[in-house]
Amino acid sequence: MAQITYREALNQALREELDRDERVFVMGEEVGYFGGAFKVTDGLLAIYGEKRVRDTPISELTIVGAGIGAAMGGLKPIVELMTINFGLLAMDQIVNSAAKIHFMFGGKANVPIVIRAPQGGGHQLGAQHSQSLEAYFLHAPGLRVVIPATPADAKGLLKTAIRQVDPVMFLEHESLYGVKGEVPEDPEFMVPFGKANVIREGKDVTIVTYSKCVYDAIAAAEALENSGIDAEIVDLRTLNPLDMATVVASVKKTGHAIVVYEGWRTGGAGAEIAAQIHEAAFDSLDAPVARVAALDSPMPYNKHLEHASLPSAGDIVKAAEQLT
Amino acid sequence: MALERDKHTAQHALLTLHESQLLDLYRRMTLIRRFEEKTAEMYSRGKITGFCHLYAGEEAVAVGSIYALNDKDYVVSTYREHGHCLAKGAEPRVVMAELFGKATGISHGRGGSMHLFDQDLRFMGGYAIVGGGLPIACGLALAVSYNEGPEVVCCFFGDGALPQGAFHETLNMASLWKLPLVFICENNFYGMGTLVQNAISQEELYRFAEPYKMPGVRVDGMDVLDVYGATMEAVARARAGDGPSLIEAVTYRFRGHSMSDPAEYRSKREERIWQERDPIKNLHRRLLAEKRATDAKLDEVEREVAATIDDAVKFADESPEPSMDELGKGVYASEDK
Repeated sequence: MAQITYREALNQALREELDRDERVFVMGEEVGYFGGAFKVTDGLLAIYGEKRVRDTPISELTIVGAGIGAAMGGLKPIVELMTINFGLLAMDQIVNSAAKIHFMFGGKANVPIVIRAPQGGGHQLGAQHSQSLEAYFLHAPGLRVVIPATPADAKGLLKTAIRQVDPVMFLEHESLYGVKGEVPEDPEFMVPFGKANVIREGKDVTIVTYSKCVYDAIAAAEALENSGIDAEIVDLRTLNPLDMATVVASVKKTGHAIVVYEGWRTGGAGAEIAAQIHEAAFDSLDAPVARVAALDSPMPYNKHLEHASLPSAGDIVKAAEQLT
Repeated sequence: MALERDKHTAQHALLTLHESQLLDLYRRMTLIRRFEEKTAEMYSRGKITGFCHLYAGEEAVAVGSIYALNDKDYVVSTYREHGHCLAKGAEPRVVMAELFGKATGISHGRGGSMHLFDQDLRFMGGYAIVGGGLPIACGLALAVSYNEGPEVVCCFFGDGALPQGAFHETLNMASLWKLPLVFICENNFYGMGTLVQNAISQEELYRFAEPYKMPGVRVDGMDVLDVYGATMEAVARARAGDGPSLIEAVTYRFRGHSMSDPAEYRSKREERIWQERDPIKNLHRRLLAEKRATDAKLDEVEREVAATIDDAVKFADESPEPSMDELGKGVYASEDK
């Protein structure tokens, strides 16, 4: 199997789906001639032309709204938000339109749109460019929230997202674009929604996480081996649908759980997951579920302060040691 | 209000439309008026609840513009959309049933007054965020253009939507991409209770077309033939691939913003002046004066419409509530049976 980057895996998924289905098209700021701000759509314009790889003005609200309208008109739009931070300008269309149209119109309209957006901190980009906002979308019934960690999942989940009928927020992590991994070349390779991946088995503590924090969890698990703590890691892959069955089965086995996420601690996606673990597996827990998340502060620019604001492998190790 | 446009298209429409078509325009406007009057009555009797924004007074805008469309053309609307939905061909009984919140309603009782929708009629929904329908209309037009289809998208919004970013973003994108769109701004002078001149720096709203390099025209929104004539021109342009147009239809809502608004910010004198320009009475008068219809025919329309509305209310009243089994369902298309 080929070793390719997360970025290349996404690009491959886009190419395969553009090849497969004439209704699929890509739209967003700088996706065409520039090749994407993070180069995810690099090379697509030359192959598919302006009709299917459409550069837009800087108008996030209408880019997303037009994607929704195009989806209602029978197309399969893949809308790129240059970063999730700009996606806040499109929140009205995401929450008031995409999430609700199928329901409020009596089930007679579908919105098969995929909204891709890079997010996350770690590059000293300051307060307005370092956010992880998955919780905002998780909070809106009607949206699927997909958040891959590995190149294979990035490809397989994007393909699933494009082929299904619900509106999808597809959240990529800016730090992961260069990460390499094995990715199947089969054009029918898909990763289903709502199936968490137990990427490391262990018996002492369950680390529930997603996106970039998966790598922090892996580093932490390796470090914890030295302290004789055997950690299991569950990569959720999708937050909606949320595979709590896999999480709960793991927690029932280990008796301890740490939820790790890069969003702000308060009201983050991990807070919801922790609550659900308490509800479903309280009797199996030997201690309350721990959370490792970002500090409740806008991101500082300073490198050391930024690093300390984000969850790290060290924070996970500390939490596991306190818990077990 | 002095209109800057001469009414040659309205006069042309009066001369060229067949008598049955003129009667059809009259019938559609009357249907909407009686529907809205009955809606108000049912609201006061507690049969209809929630937000409810009536269209009485503005009938010429929906009827005149939608009459210029084909069945396959799309309409995108607002939360004051009973009129647009009926004009696009929805059965009054399923619209009334929706207002009653019944399972037989056009949106199965999930949408209510502000969220009517019918894909088959290409009535693509009422949106209850001011300006919210504009980007969606842009996307529908993009889909038409992508598929090289013959359809046109007609997007309605009020004067209140003009200061929204969505309006400017959408007009820019639609013009840039030459999309088959007709923007119809229903200028009824008030965004809720705020006068246009207190909200918008350029109160001649059709002039917003110019910076986006599209034709802009102000029409008499109380004259169904003027609206029809202007929309015919805009539709022809859109269908020919020449891009969007903006039509400002100057009109007046005879009631408050919603059922809970007594409209105390307007003078009785102002309301009287506009009621004298009632679009239905206006057409009634002209059809008789120009001998294009008879009193008997027009009375017959009234009777037919009254029967249709009575039937709609009876249907809505007798229809079942949505089942409690539906609670929590219908959120995801992928989970529908």
